[in-house]
Amino acid sequence: MSSEPLLSIRGLKVHFPVKKGVLLQRVVGQVRAVDGVDLDVGQGMTYGLVGESGCGKSTLGKAVLRLVEPTAGTVVFDGVDVGAQSPEQTRLLRRHMQMVFQDPFASLDPRQSVESVLTEPLRTHGFTGDGSKRVRELLDIVGLPAGAARRYPHEFSGGQRQRVGIARAIALNPRLIIADEPVSALDVSIQAQIVNLLEDLQEQLGLTYVVVAHDLAVVRHVSDVIGVMYLGALVEESPSDELYAEPLHPYTIALMSAIPIPDPEVEERRQRILLTGDLPSPVNIPPGCRFHTRCPFRQPTRCADEEPGLREARPGRKVACHWVEEIAAGRIRAAASAHDPTATEVGVPVT
Amino acid sequence: MSLLKVEELSVVFRQRGREDVRAVDGVSFSVAPGETVGLVGESGCGKSVTSLAVMGLLPRRGVLVEGSIAFDGTELLTLPADKLRTLRGRDMAIVFQDPMSSLNPVVPIGVQVTEVLVRHRGLSSGEARAEAAELLRRVGIPDPARRLREYPHQLSGGMRQRALIAAALACSPRLLIADEPTTALDVTIQAQILELLKGLVADTGTALVLITHDLGVVAGMCDTVHVMYSGRIVERASRHELFASPRHPYTAGLLASVPRLDRPRGERLEPIQGSPRDTLPWSRGCAFAPRCRNRVDECARAAPELHGGSHSLRCFNPIEAKAVNR
Repeated sequence: MSSEPLLSIRGLKVHFPVKKGVLLQRVVGQVRAVDGVDLDVGQGMTYGLVGESGCGKSTLGKAVLRLVEPTAGTVVFDGVDVGAQSPEQTRLLRRHMQMVFQDPFASLDPRQSVESVLTEPLRTHGFTGDGSKRVRELLDIVGLPAGAARRYPHEFSGGQRQRVGIARAIALNPRLIIADEPVSALDVSIQAQIVNLLEDLQEQLGLTYVVVAHDLAVVRHVSDVIGVMYLGALVEESPSDELYAEPLHPYTIALMSAIPIPDPEVEERRQRILLTGDLPSPVNIPPGCRFHTRCPFRQPTRCADEEPGLREARPGRKVACHWVEEIAAGRIRAAASAHDPTATEVGVPVT
Repeated sequence: MSLLKVEELSVVFRQRGREDVRAVDGVSFSVAPGETVGLVGESGCGKSVTSLAVMGLLPRRGVLVEGSIAFDGTELLTLPADKLRTLRGRDMAIVFQDPMSSLNPVVPIGVQVTEVLVRHRGLSSGEARAEAAELLRRVGIPDPARRLREYPHQLSGGMRQRALIAAALACSPRLLIADEPTTALDVTIQAQILELLKGLVADTGTALVLITHDLGVVAGMCDTVHVMYSGRIVERASRHELFASPRHPYTAGLLASVPRLDRPRGERLEPIQGSPRDTLPWSRGCAFAPRCRNRVDECARAAPELHGGSHSLRCFNPIEAKAVNR
């Protein structure tokens, strides 16, 4: 990684109040969507954020662009503290940080032609050159015919719509793109087209990506570094090559083993570590290690009452687990709990 | 002996003033007890319509269903509606993709699971309640008695899907159709549900038809796999054959376009060109021809037939077979 990261996040928290009552609303709890995340993304790199629904990965992406206001912590982009900017300065800053959304059906205005979609950011940011020339250029970059400019979103397939969304994001030559589930709404045969397009753009335009997705195979394919999130916090951060070869955190181990691989030979040899129960609610994050209620490697000491911090367990690899060395060495094994219906009740700390 | 035998099934949607849509076009497959058969394809390939046709759940108006669907020797397409209702839910059941929209949001889970027990097994409501609690426990829902009193929105996605599976299993059906049963769920929950289905097939000899777009799920579950494109089966093989030596360019294209966790990183993906919208009507040639790398002139002139034995293909210019040691 280069010396100075392009994006640097420290202690980022995004909490949403849970309110009750009709007239006199009172706050009865906090959804801790993002609960203290530190991460750095180097210039020209791709940082992949993975985790299951509700783990806070999308909220984290939005907090970087200040599309949601962080509760605490700092986001520094190219030496500028994003949170300390005035609304007008933030608007100018967004020129350099853009977003690609998941659902190409919902993120484009159905009544806006592609030309209008693509010239809107240019106008907003005071571009004075030839707008329609830039539109043709953008369409060419993302692999759409020039005639697409006059058409409307409903005339395109999902993959083509996602190309329009990407063209909009790169219209202002940003340096950082946050892609929130860029391919998950697309058909399998189309996903690879978009993945390749994102890779080509990175090379041509020197972009830095934060890719947020639940599909680990896709994330691993595009990312240099992967952060695994669970209930609002990073539990493991690792170069993506090493993550599958040797996942270290128990959650990563289970997550990796749960992902089906399209090869029957591999599927038959694989050992699956099943997690019991569901994700606890982010309103009641378990005390101690947030994963201990579902952890197949849970130990009687420390796990339930002491929160593990993210620490360097191997060179370049950070893990938030008290027992990572013991687990990696095989001294602690996963409990065989595959089908225990009496397994831990959801979100209730084990006593 | 196959339990379900579908032969030359076609489903045509007709709407006045519009061209007929042939969603399923001459599909044949069979499932034996204890066997898991996969129907794989992308959105719009007709896999879900096939499952609805088998269950007799397509609307009667504006839909033309042709061919034959035999369940344990009984022809379902000509069966009177009341006889079909007796079979459905008792002998054959279906689990849909989205557990939120297939459960009634204003009716407690318990009522929805016991309904089938009262209807088909004639249990009293007290007996049905006890049985329902047992079913929920079997599919891995903790504290089943409490869950029975709750409403769908109070359950997580994984638990709702398990409740649906519990209702489908209530009468120990001999045939279970699972239409994208895990697509709406997270991977760790998906692994739980797939284990549950696997156990069910192994323990009770239920015949399972698994409908999915996820090749990884197929690789771990199905004995025989049927790949569908634009309403027709284009390739059929045992899963070992299919994954080791895919011969239809569409199957091979699908496999090459998904990144694999167990392969070294950095290989470029090979997407299939175009989109599933760019199809040719089968009446004019091979539907996949406009997107196909192996296209020859013949492809745009006539539609290839499905031929071959255990490894069948619908293609004029298939990929060379690889030796498969199995």
